[in-house]
Amino acid sequence: MEPFRKHTGLCVPLNRINVDTDQIIPKQFLKRIERTGFGAYLFHDWRFLDTGELNPDFVLNAPRYQGASILVAGTNFGCGSSREHAPWALQDYGFAAVIAPSFGDIFRNNCYKNGLLPVVLSEDISADLIRQIEAQEVYRLTIDLESQKVIQSDGTAHAFEIGDFQRQCLLNGLDEIGWTLQFESSIAEYESGREVY
Amino acid sequence: MKPRTMFEKIWNAHIVREVPGEATILYIDTHLVHEVTSPQAFEGLRLAGRKVRCPHLTFATMDHNVPTTDRSLPITDLIAAKQIETLAKNCSEFGITLYDLHSAKQGIVHVIGPELGITQPGKTMVCGDSHTSTHGALGALAIGIGTSEIEHVLATQCLLQQRSKTFEINIEGQLSHGVTAKDIILSIIGKIGIGGGTGTVVEYSGSTIRSLSIEERMTVCNMSIEAGARAGMVAPDDTTYEYLADREFSPKGEAFNRAVERWNRLRPDEGASYDKSISIDAKTLAPQVTWGTNPGMVTDVTGVVPDPDDMPTLDEKNAVQRALEYVNLTPGTQMTDVQVDRVFIGSCTNSRITDLRAAAETAKGRKVAPTVNALVVPGSQAVKRQAEAEGLDGIFRAAGFEWREAGCSMCLGMNPDILMPGQRCASTSNRNFEGRQGKGGRTHLVSPQMAAAAAIAGHFVDVRTWE
Repeated sequence: MEPFRKHTGLCVPLNRINVDTDQIIPKQFLKRIERTGFGAYLFHDWRFLDTGELNPDFVLNAPRYQGASILVAGTNFGCGSSREHAPWALQDYGFAAVIAPSFGDIFRNNCYKNGLLPVVLSEDISADLIRQIEAQEVYRLTIDLESQKVIQSDGTAHAFEIGDFQRQCLLNGLDEIGWTLQFESSIAEYESGREVY
Repeated sequence: MKPRTMFEKIWNAHIVREVPGEATILYIDTHLVHEVTSPQAFEGLRLAGRKVRCPHLTFATMDHNVPTTDRSLPITDLIAAKQIETLAKNCSEFGITLYDLHSAKQGIVHVIGPELGITQPGKTMVCGDSHTSTHGALGALAIGIGTSEIEHVLATQCLLQQRSKTFEINIEGQLSHGVTAKDIILSIIGKIGIGGGTGTVVEYSGSTIRSLSIEERMTVCNMSIEAGARAGMVAPDDTTYEYLADREFSPKGEAFNRAVERWNRLRPDEGASYDKSISIDAKTLAPQVTWGTNPGMVTDVTGVVPDPDDMPTLDEKNAVQRALEYVNLTPGTQMTDVQVDRVFIGSCTNSRITDLRAAAETAKGRKVAPTVNALVVPGSQAVKRQAEAEGLDGIFRAAGFEWREAGCSMCLGMNPDILMPGQRCASTSNRNFEGRQGKGGRTHLVSPQMAAAAAIAGHFVDVRTWE
């Protein structure tokens, strides 16, 4: 996994609550056996018309948001299915971080495992950021994981919370399996005393 | 000692390492695997030269993308076929038990786990599927995980977790005739919202829950994730032990009695405290129907489609507006006036034998409306055999329902069972998200009785008063 330390990027607003993983990556694209190539299908049913052409009314397709790497969304982003194809698709499309007032638990865990940063900011701050992004032709934010801050171009900073362990994993691009296996003797010890029936 | 919740007891019994500032290393007793979320995990093991630590604690089946039509024919979807073939190869390479398409034990992973007695009280269980919460009905701590976590569990038999908060949902009183476990959980989600359980493990308690069969408890626990919860659980009791006795993987004889003694100690202690609690009066519950594009958008069958203008916040107003455009319904419409084109009885929520019995009882001697196409998909081959032994397939077929092979089918439409754009479906599944059952399809979640009745009437009816 690539480390995540600090990222500055163009923002795109997705002003909807409860965006579920079925919308992020619809089921017809889950049959592939690779981890890559899902970006082409991100938000497929919203991004494309039935004819296969880009839907001009969907925010991600607006010319001003091309190249965006930070998605700012409504509450409970990534609820629903456990498909890790959702963060894979977001990342493959070019996103490095998602900002929202809350996230689905499994989606959030899946993001951490892939170095895609889910940032929780309050409803008020998220809504305010969405207003600012909509109002300004090119709107960039900096996300500094080291100091746990989202920084606007005018210097205004918003602190965010993240677990120490997740933060360290992201900062160092840690292989979690490798991390756990350094405690292999503890696992073996647990197994030797485990009730088997 | 401080009184403990059931979650705390199971969690504490599975800690391999818990140090402040680190994720907890939690031991996993059972890992269930299916074809859609596992291929990249096995590939990850291969790339890193790792093995599956405990193949004997890992069980696999094929359910998500499998056809529900004649299994002797080749699978026409070549990408799905490759995924199925990949699971078979992976299980063979890593020494994992697989119940494949031709196994008499094949079925939806959350149906066969309990059915085979693999699911047991006090176990930690994971599966790369959000509806893993189903197994909590037997008092297991069962968590849905992503593909990276699947790889982690395969390699280490452990999961890295942060301790969840606890949420007690207490339901007391007797359900009215025609009100089911599905209606309990849908009304809970309607009440607390689809994010209402986020960050928590739910423990369901109270006389109503105690009176439910294990299969009904599974329906309740299954949809815990639709309220955002990591898991849902019911404390084991005699109903649980009766269910588990004599199942293939259940302990036998004296070992079973010893297990029961252990399982009895899992019940939450008197006075255990939860981070959150709510109480529900079962008497007030009515059959539920969803009207929108998430399971929290739900009302009593006697209710109407809501008006976006009545929503408390602008976000919710916009969400309801969008949902109503998608499902093509007008505020104020009586739910019983909503007509359906398709009916799906199946999924890990409602495809077990008691679900099929309830639907068959409603359908018996009646005919599916000529405007409706209705499908019954048993949750497993064992459920299918049992239903056929009881003649339920005959009842369904005579009424005009199609009778299929076991799998997830139209719950998520990864196989050919999908809605066409604009079609409206009464479904016993768990998600009415946009496009879930097919792009442009409109899903209304209901109980098996409500689905069968809608198939016959051609529109939703209140099964309490329907003749």
